[in-house]
Amino acid sequence: MASAQLPSPIAHWFSRRGWAPRSHQLDMLEKARADEHALLIAPTGGGKTLGGFLPSLVELHETLGQGATNPRRKHALHTLYISPLKALSVDVARNLIQPVEEMGLGLRIETRTGDTSASKRQRQRAHPPDILLTTPEQLALFCATANAQSFLGDLKRIIIDEIHALAPQKRGDLLSLGMAALSRWAPNAQRVGLSATVADEQGLARWLVPQDEAETSSFASIVRGDAGARPDVEILDPDERIPWAGHSGRHALGDVYQRIRQARMTLVFVNTRSQAEATFQDLWHMNADNLPIALHHGSLAPEQRRKVEAAMARGALKAVVCTSTLDLGIDWGDVDLVIQMGAPKGSSRLMQRLGRANHRLDDPSRALLAPTNRFEHLECEAARDAVAANALDGEPLAAGALDVLAQHVMGRACGEPVDQDALFEEICRAAPYAEMDRETFDRIFEFSATGGYALQTYDRFRRMVRGKDGLWRARTPQIAQRHRMNVGTIVEAPMLDVVVSSRGRGGRRLGQIEEWFVEQLVPGDTFLFAGQVLKFQGIEEMAARVTRSSDPEPKIPSYQGGKFPLSTYLAERVRDMVQDPVRWGHLPEQVQEWLRIQQEKSELPRADGLLVETFPRNAKFYLVCYPFEGRLAHQTLGMLLTRRLERMRMRPMGFVANEYALSVWGLRDMSGLDLNALFAEDMMGDDLDAWLAESDLMKRTFRNCAVIAGLIERRFPGQEKTGRQVTFSTDLIYNVLREHEPDHVLMKAAWNDAASGLLDIRRLGKALERVQGRIRHVGLDRISPLAVPVMLEIGKEPVYGEAQESILEDASQDLIAEALA
Amino acid sequence: MIRQLEKSADQLSFELAGHRLFAHRSGALFVPEFDALIVSDLHFEKGSAYARSGQMLPPYDTRETLRRLGEVVEQIDPACVIALGDSFHDLDAAGRMSVEDRGGLKALVNARERWIWIEGNHDPEPPEDLGGEIHHELRLGNLVLRHEPEAGAARGEICGHLHPCAKVRGKGRAVRRFAFATNGDRLIMPAFGAYTGGLNVCDDAIVAVFGEVPSVMVLGREQVHAISPRQLVPDRYRTRTR
Repeated sequence: MASAQLPSPIAHWFSRRGWAPRSHQLDMLEKARADEHALLIAPTGGGKTLGGFLPSLVELHETLGQGATNPRRKHALHTLYISPLKALSVDVARNLIQPVEEMGLGLRIETRTGDTSASKRQRQRAHPPDILLTTPEQLALFCATANAQSFLGDLKRIIIDEIHALAPQKRGDLLSLGMAALSRWAPNAQRVGLSATVADEQGLARWLVPQDEAETSSFASIVRGDAGARPDVEILDPDERIPWAGHSGRHALGDVYQRIRQARMTLVFVNTRSQAEATFQDLWHMNADNLPIALHHGSLAPEQRRKVEAAMARGALKAVVCTSTLDLGIDWGDVDLVIQMGAPKGSSRLMQRLGRANHRLDDPSRALLAPTNRFEHLECEAARDAVAANALDGEPLAAGALDVLAQHVMGRACGEPVDQDALFEEICRAAPYAEMDRETFDRIFEFSATGGYALQTYDRFRRMVRGKDGLWRARTPQIAQRHRMNVGTIVEAPMLDVVVSSRGRGGRRLGQIEEWFVEQLVPGDTFLFAGQVLKFQGIEEMAARVTRSSDPEPKIPSYQGGKFPLSTYLAERVRDMVQDPVRWGHLPEQVQEWLRIQQEKSELPRADGLLVETFPRNAKFYLVCYPFEGRLAHQTLGMLLTRRLERMRMRPMGFVANEYALSVWGLRDMSGLDLNALFAEDMMGDDLDAWLAESDLMKRTFRNCAVIAGLIERRFPGQEKTGRQVTFSTDLIYNVLREHEPDHVLMKAAWNDAASGLLDIRRLGKALERVQGRIRHVGLDRISPLAVPVMLEIGKEPVYGEAQESILEDASQDLIAEALA
Repeated sequence: MIRQLEKSADQLSFELAGHRLFAHRSGALFVPEFDALIVSDLHFEKGSAYARSGQMLPPYDTRETLRRLGEVVEQIDPACVIALGDSFHDLDAAGRMSVEDRGGLKALVNARERWIWIEGNHDPEPPEDLGGEIHHELRLGNLVLRHEPEAGAARGEICGHLHPCAKVRGKGRAVRRFAFATNGDRLIMPAFGAYTGGLNVCDDAIVAVFGEVPSVMVLGREQVHAISPRQLVPDRYRTRTR
C-alpha cells in the first residue's frame, strides 16, 4: 500500500475518508526525500494543493511528532507558500488548515498579506508559524528588512502556486529575485511549483530553480498528475442572427439563460468588466424565474465580492457573471457549467476557466462558448480544437525587467547590507536574470544609488552608501522606510471609490472605478456599475458620489477594463481555418455564408500571406488588411502605416483596428501603391522610434517603470498628491530625459516594456517578416464582407493620429465662431 | 474677454488693461511697448531638490529650462527680460547649479540691457551674483507685475505662482496643457520650468482670483489656442448646486 510511506496520522486521515493518496502526491514526497526541486502539473481538482504541501506536513510531523503542540517548542518557519492572489492564500489556508487540524498535526499555519495587521506581523516575526502563506510583494518586503536571515534562515521549502501566471510578469521577476535572496539565507530550501496549465514546461522548470554560474541551465523535476477526463466543450449556435461586430453577446443571452436554468451552478466568464456589467444587467431583465444570479469583478468592493463568494460556497447561487477575478484556483462551490461569453483569447485561459467547473477529476467539465460576433466563432472554434489537442499557449518568458531589478537592488540595501559583487552573483541565479551582463547590472546599481545619470551631480544625495566594511546600505532609515512603502510591481491607474447614497452624506462603497472614466461624466450622467444603473452626482474627496437610477439603460454605455489580445497561437489556428473551406463544417451556417461571400467578392486571407483590400467609400479611400495579430499589434501597425502614407503624400486621415484587421483611410486612392514597399519591415526602425518617443503609450510605460524602479514614489491615501499630478510630472521628466540622456537605463527599461507589452512590437515584427513578398492585393469597388466588422468599429473606437492637437484646435475654432457670430 | 487680434505661428496677441500683449507658445509673454519679455516660475534646480530627499529625478531640468528660455529670448530678442518669481526652487538652488548652467544663465542675463528678478515665495532673496536687478514688484504702464496675485488687485495685474493649466474637453477624451489664464483685466502666467506641474484653472485657488473660471490661452505644440471657459473641465468634478 502506497500510504505506507505516510506517517500514521496522515495515512489515517486518508483512509478515514476512504481516499488513497494520488500517485503524484506520493511522487512529490519522493522528490522531496531525494532533495529535488519539483514542478507539479496537475489539473484543478486533482489534489494539487495537497500534493504541494504533503512533503512539508510529513517532514514537520517527522521532526516534531507529538511535540508539535508543545507551546514552548522552538518556532521556525518551515514552508513559505506564495500565490499571486491575496484571496488565494486565504482560501488555501482554509483548505489546508482544516485537513491539518483533522490530522491532529498541531501545526501553525498563517497568512501574511498587505491586509495583515502590524501587531500580527510582529508576532509572526517573533514566533514564526510552521507554514506561512503569502504573496510576492511580502517576500520583497522581507528582503528589504533587517534580520530577514534570522526569520527565513530555517526555511526548508518554498511553494509557488499558479506559477504559470506569475512567471511571465514583472511580479514573477520580483519573486524570482526574492527567491535568489532566499537561497542565500536558506541555501537548502527546496522549491516547488504548482500549476494546472503549463504551455512551456521546460521554461517554467528552469524559472523555478536557481541557475548555476555555469553555462548550462538547471531544471526542476516535473511531476504530472492524471490528466483527468477531457472537457466537454460546446459552441453555441444561436437561433438569432449573429452580429458582425461588437461584444455584447445579447443575441446569445436567451440560450445562455436557459442553460443557467438547467445547470446546478454556472460561472459565466466575460473578458471585460464592462461586459460583465452589461451581461449581468441583461440577464436580470430576462430573469423571469428570479434565479439567484450574482456579479463578481475586480472593481467591486472586497466586501461585495466576499459576499458573492460565500453565497457560492453555500450553494445559494445559480450563476455568477465574472471576469478573470475567478480564473485562478479558488474553489468556491459546486460549479457544473462554465459559460464563456466572447472568445477566450487563448487556449490556456480557456483551460483554466474550464477547470472551474466540476472539481471532481473523473467527470468531464462542461463548458459552453458563446461567441459575441462572427469572427469570434472562428476564434472559439480554434480554441476548442486547441483544448481537444491539449495544446496550450501562454505568455512567453522574457528576460527580467530592469526596473524590477532596480527595485530589488535598493530593497536588498534596505535590508541586510550587501556586497555589490556578491549581489551580482546572487541575481544571476534567478533564471530571468541569468544572462544579465555585469555592465547593465552596474548601471542599475548606480541607478539605485544616485539615479545613474551621465551628469554626476547627485553623489552627495546617494540613496545607498558604501560602508568601511565595503557593504552597501540605505543612507538613512527614512530612505529605507520610504522604499518599503513603494515595494511591488503593480502600478494602478488612479482609482476613485464609488459611493452610493440616497441623499447627501454617508453611503455605501460599491467598489472602485478608473478616474479617467469618471472625468468624462457630467453630473446627471448614468452608467452601469456593480450590476445597477447609477446616476453620477459629483466627486467629493476621493469618491465618486452616485445615486441609484430607475433608468433601464445607462446613458454612458460602458467603460473598458482588461482586454486580452488574441494569443499568437490561436491566431495561427484561426488563419489556418479561414483559408480552408473544408474546415468550416463546425461553424454556424451564418458564419460559413459570410466566408463564402468573402471568397466570392474578394479573396480569403491566406495563412502564409497578407490580404490587402482597397475600396472607395463616401468620398474616402480605404485600405484594409488582415494580419490576425491582435488589436495591439494592429494599432502599432496603423500608426506606422499612416506615417509612411503621409510621406507618400497619400493624405491618410485615420485608422481603426480590431483583433484581426486594420483599416486605414485617406483622401487619395491607395490601390496603386507598391504594397511590398508599404509593408516593408524597415518601418520598425526610425519611424517606430520617432512615433514611440512622442506617444502617450510610451509615457505611460515610462511612468510605470519610474514608479517600479523607485524614481517616482507611489501615492498613498491621505497624501495630497493625486495620481493625476504624478502622471503629469512623469511626462515632464520623460521629456527632459529623452532630450538630455536618451540612453539612460530607465529609458531602456521603458522601451523593452513597450516593445513586448502595449505595442506588441515583437509580434508585429514577426508578422511583417512572415508576409514579406506574400502580399495579395485585391482592388474592390465596394467594402468586402470580411471588412465589415472592422469598419463598424469606426466611431466606436478612438481614431488615432494627431487627435490631441485637434481637440485644442476644435475648441479654439468654436471660440472663433462664437466671436464672429 | 480675449479678443484675438492676429495669429502667428508662435504667439497669440491679446489685450490686457489697454496694452497689447503676445502669449508665446513657450509660456513666455511679450510686451512690445516696453520691449519686455516676461517668464514665470522657472524653478531652477527643482530636480536636485527632489534628489536631496531621495527621488533622483534627472538632473537636467535647469539645463532644459535654460535651453527653452534661451530659445525664446533669442527669437524675440527683447531689451528686457523679467522673471516673475520662483525662478529658483529654493534658497540654495543657485548654489547647486552646475558650473556650466551657472555660466549659461549669467551669459543669458548679461546679454540683455535689463534683467529683472521678481521675488517669489520660493526665492524671497534671489541670488545677487548672477547679474540683473531684484524687485518685489514692477510697474509697466497700466501693468503691475508681481509673483503672487493680490486680493482685490487693480486692473492690469500680471502674476505667476499658481501654474495654471487647462483641461479641454474633446470628443470622448480631454487634453490637459499649460495655459495663460485671464479675464481681460488680470493675467496669470503659466510656469516655465521644465519640472513644474500645473494647477487646473477650474481649481478654487484660481477661480478665487477671477471670481469665475477664466478664459485661457493654451500652449499647444505648434501654436497657442484661445479657449473659452465653457470648454474647460476640472480635474475632478465637485458637487455643485445646479
